[in-house]
Amino acid sequence: MPSTSEPTADTGTVPKLRVEGLSFGYGGKPIQHGISFEVATGSIFAIMGGSGCGKSTLMKAMIGLLRPIEGTIHVESEDYWAAADERRAEIGRRFGVVFQSGALWSSMSAEENVALPLRLFSPLPDAAILALARLKLSMVGLGALGAEMPAGLSGGMRRRVGIARALSLEPEVLFLDEPSAGLDPISAKRLDDLIVELRSGFGVTVVMVSHELPSLLDICDDGIFLDAETGTSIARGAPKAMRETSTHPTVQAFMNRERPPETKPDETR
Amino acid sequence: MTAPSTGDGWAAQASDNGLVLVLSGDWIAADRLKSGLPSIPLPLKSLGGIAFETSGLGRWDSALLIFLTDIRRHARENAVTFDAGGLPKAAVGLLALIAEDAPEIPPKSAPVSLAARTGGAVIAIGDEALAIAATIGETVLRGLGMGTGRLRMRCADLLTCAYDAGIAALPIVIVVNVLVGGILAFVGAVQLRKFGADIFIAALVGIAMVREMAALMTAIVMSGRTGGAYAAQIAAMLGNEEIDALRAIGIPLHDYLILPRILALTATMPVLYLFGCATGIFGGFAVSVAMLNLSPEAFLEQTRASIPLSQLFFGLGKSVAFGLLIAIAGCRCGLKAGRGAADVGTAATDAVVIGIVGVITLDAIFAMCAHALDF
Repeated sequence: MPSTSEPTADTGTVPKLRVEGLSFGYGGKPIQHGISFEVATGSIFAIMGGSGCGKSTLMKAMIGLLRPIEGTIHVESEDYWAAADERRAEIGRRFGVVFQSGALWSSMSAEENVALPLRLFSPLPDAAILALARLKLSMVGLGALGAEMPAGLSGGMRRRVGIARALSLEPEVLFLDEPSAGLDPISAKRLDDLIVELRSGFGVTVVMVSHELPSLLDICDDGIFLDAETGTSIARGAPKAMRETSTHPTVQAFMNRERPPETKPDETR
Repeated sequence: MTAPSTGDGWAAQASDNGLVLVLSGDWIAADRLKSGLPSIPLPLKSLGGIAFETSGLGRWDSALLIFLTDIRRHARENAVTFDAGGLPKAAVGLLALIAEDAPEIPPKSAPVSLAARTGGAVIAIGDEALAIAATIGETVLRGLGMGTGRLRMRCADLLTCAYDAGIAALPIVIVVNVLVGGILAFVGAVQLRKFGADIFIAALVGIAMVREMAALMTAIVMSGRTGGAYAAQIAAMLGNEEIDALRAIGIPLHDYLILPRILALTATMPVLYLFGCATGIFGGFAVSVAMLNLSPEAFLEQTRASIPLSQLFFGLGKSVAFGLLIAIAGCRCGLKAGRGAADVGTAATDAVVIGIVGVITLDAIFAMCAHALDF
């Protein structure tokens, strides 16, 4: 999304994304129900929770890969799932999505991976597309590796190329599935910086699924905590505030890296 | 000092310590880059420094960053100070992330001479031959170990493979062989009719099926069906690091992955061959009786009389050899595959091509040997 030279924080009264009464799951069986939250324009929103609670599934519903069982998702003022298929694809093009493994197309070089969305959906000439692809790759610190094939890149590099690809169409909303999982602390910090700069530079709204505490506490200014046991959200707000004010034992245990008090030792993994 | 100049969205003004670029208007990639990249026609040499003034700047995105990184690179090359102070704060932050010097230099592969490439190819062929020989040797050794109980193969794997390469493959083997038998009868009839030797159609179909076609057609079908599947399966396991996990735990790859597949296919091929013979002869029989007006009794009698048992054993022997070849080719192609999605496809293709070409070549060798031995 284009930025003004003086970036402002949340401008509109309409949030970028509004999720209401959402139930989602597989085969008609909900994993989570009654999920409602809003993602303000230009915020960095975290979807948190333990393993297997449905964080990534919620993201799938938000990016159009999994139809929710119940409830609505509004992108600005438009009902995302009520829209026709073509319209939904059009809205989806305003999203950038980074999958856990990078999900690069293995038959193309890193640069071609980043350039392909531009080739398909922008009227730009070839030289401009290549320059944009190189710029995005440099943003994630991989400017020199454009010609490499995905098979020749490490896991962390692949994820970063995935981020560059997600940025190729100047997205309004960037969805990240576990962006810093498996990255070394320096790369993870660099990635956090990139996310913050993208937000302040381009006004990108960021939705990230994560359970990396340092990232969550450092950069996220809003979030939701999903609980596997009750199948719904048990806390809302900035992770930092959640750590300080939430009284829920699971949230407290998560935020302070403790074992939940009611869990017997033999039940922990 | 350079004469002030202007461009699309920017104007250069002279200042005390060099040049100030005044940026104005929107810098959106979709509009700004439509007619190509922004050029910097400024001679940056002998400038003190370059600074920016952005009070008139509208909305911007990557287009501005491309322009700025370009100027920054030129400035560095000409030893000109790049003063980002006047730029929007967010742009400064993003520029800082875009490393000026590429930190990770890709390993440059030196050009390889023709001689080196030829030599490399020869060595690779030698290595591959060695690997195949090792696979065959290990199969034999581990197979013999089966009797002594040292084998760590899971019985369930063997049964699954045998089902897949046996019962599951039966329908397609039957269909192909019935059709081949029928075709042989038709082709033979055209010539044999001319001499009133219709009854020899039975001998033609019988000998052709038992000696050549049943074994060959079954092997070709199985090469496409099972050899390709073996290669794809193993290549996908390689990509998922399943093979690495087996190696790390110390489970012999050979016992666990390869032997069940080779044993299964080698054991089921002769059975499939027998089905192929029977159904092929049936195909010839059906065509002869229904369309060429031969009597059923005469056909069966002629078939029985014209096929010595030794021919059947020859066919059985060939089908075992074909099974072994297809299974080894499949496993080998899978194991030496790369780790990407495309590599799975390549492995399967290689296995099918090697399987089919190998089977036909082997069949030709068998035919020559049989001819030399007057068999």
